[in-house]
Amino acid sequence: MPSNPQSTKTDNVLVVRNLKKNFGNRTVLKDLNITLPKGSCLGLLGPNGAGKTTTIRILLGLVIPSGGEIEVFGKRYPKAIKKVKYHIGVVPQMDNLDPDLTIVENLLVYANYFKICKKVAKERAEELLEFFALKNRRDEIIQNLSGGQRRRLLLARALINRPSLLILDEPTIGLDPQARLLMWQRLEALRKKGTTMLLTSHYMEEVSRLATQVIIIDNGMAIAQGNPKQIVEEMLGMEVMEFSGSPEELESLAKRLKNCNVQTELVGEKLYVYIKAGCSILDDAASNMSHVVKRPATLEDLFLKLTGRKLRER
Amino acid sequence: MLRVWYRNFKVWLKHLQASLIGNLGQPFLFLLAFGFGLGKSVPEIEGMSYLQFIAPGLVASAVMYSAAFEATYGSYTRLSTQGTFEAILMTPINIVELALGEILWGATKGLVAGFIMLATLPLFGVEPSVWAIGMIPLLFIEGIIFAALGLIMTAVATNYDFFNYFTSLVITPFFLFSGIFFSLKAVAPSLRHVLMALPLSSVVDLSRMLCYGRFDGLASFTIEVSIILGSALISSCIAIFLLKRRMIQ
Repeated sequence: MPSNPQSTKTDNVLVVRNLKKNFGNRTVLKDLNITLPKGSCLGLLGPNGAGKTTTIRILLGLVIPSGGEIEVFGKRYPKAIKKVKYHIGVVPQMDNLDPDLTIVENLLVYANYFKICKKVAKERAEELLEFFALKNRRDEIIQNLSGGQRRRLLLARALINRPSLLILDEPTIGLDPQARLLMWQRLEALRKKGTTMLLTSHYMEEVSRLATQVIIIDNGMAIAQGNPKQIVEEMLGMEVMEFSGSPEELESLAKRLKNCNVQTELVGEKLYVYIKAGCSILDDAASNMSHVVKRPATLEDLFLKLTGRKLRER
Repeated sequence: MLRVWYRNFKVWLKHLQASLIGNLGQPFLFLLAFGFGLGKSVPEIEGMSYLQFIAPGLVASAVMYSAAFEATYGSYTRLSTQGTFEAILMTPINIVELALGEILWGATKGLVAGFIMLATLPLFGVEPSVWAIGMIPLLFIEGIIFAALGLIMTAVATNYDFFNYFTSLVITPFFLFSGIFFSLKAVAPSLRHVLMALPLSSVVDLSRMLCYGRFDGLASFTIEVSIILGSALISSCIAIFLLKRRMIQ
């Protein structure tokens, strides 16, 4: 889906300019810019603590930014925040379903917060329960639900107000592959219907599958931005070769590859070669060394290349 | 605000029985032990039997306990483990509406407890006058005061144990020293002024007046109403401010 981030203001569901947030001395957002065109799905990627959830909480008014501008549906924050929130749906990272209520009551009580009349709320609740395969458990208490069912109910709840912007903060965290697949299918169906989405996730496969655009943020700033396939191709290339061997061996290989149109990254006993164009030295090396894997470059490669392979301790 | 109230009401309907018995048990036991037990050996007090004297105050205490309990243990559960407050704040409902909804709900629970207690007084041989109808708005505002005080505690609490301070240092002293069990008129003047300033003292005094339709002096009436309304307003404002500080970073 082609989308132009520089398009006119009215086409953008969300515009964030120079967003800043400090918690005391700690800077979480330095200078974040986001543009989310109507109908697109933007994947917000970043290591833990990069500022993804803070950004979402700012959009919901749960965190007050230290600086910057926000416009949702062309309306300025913080003045328009209450009005705007009638048209936002949220799947939070933490399960905050109401354990005092049944499944269907969770939807109805939530609809009431959006001033949706009882009759309409009931109709929508039944529709959503059907769509998310929860219908035969409608009167069940929340405690009896599996992780996958809870996540589906969270998504159903987020849709009760027919949102123009759907915010998904790690929507499939902790799910098994089957439950995740079902969530993805539902989200893809929604995206095809034209729902604008803002997605954060640590699952690159999820982002590659759902997002039409990605922003990789680190230390509170965007460090890469664009169509997920394109930015991988532009910044890394089409393919990756992974060489295993002794550090000395790999270092000398990396030196020999200096003249090729490739990027190299040496991590312990592995050398990653991101290939922009074919190269004879590379082909030689591939046939001489025993442990070589060649595969397509993925968003995960780009993510790790940009944000580093080391564990972040904060 | 009413939408937050409605959510809690809906949940409450599910656990009606346990909730009512839990909140009303204590005041009734006090009524029995003190009214019928101690009352036998106590002479008339302000022209009433001891049972009559303590009954309206115990109604007021039922409101206090019920409202304060709901706004601490109940609200804190919704704030912390259940994440209900956060779920609500993701919708168009803002922090002020949330806080007011919680206070209103605590006050409603207080009023329900107080009303049931009041309605059952004839079973114990205490006959309220028609003026007792006036206790309904009074007890509701009392409920607002204690729900707001409870919510203040909730907003600063780090765990459930924190509420022990509130119970031991606020609620129990109010219960014992607000003129429910003894006449504040009999206390030494310097101490009396301090005790009269407690919001519950005004509620207890007005409850006794309304319950039996015995009005003495408009001056004290005005002062007492002002103390009650002022306490409700100030405590609610502080509760909103502190909950906002807790929930919005």
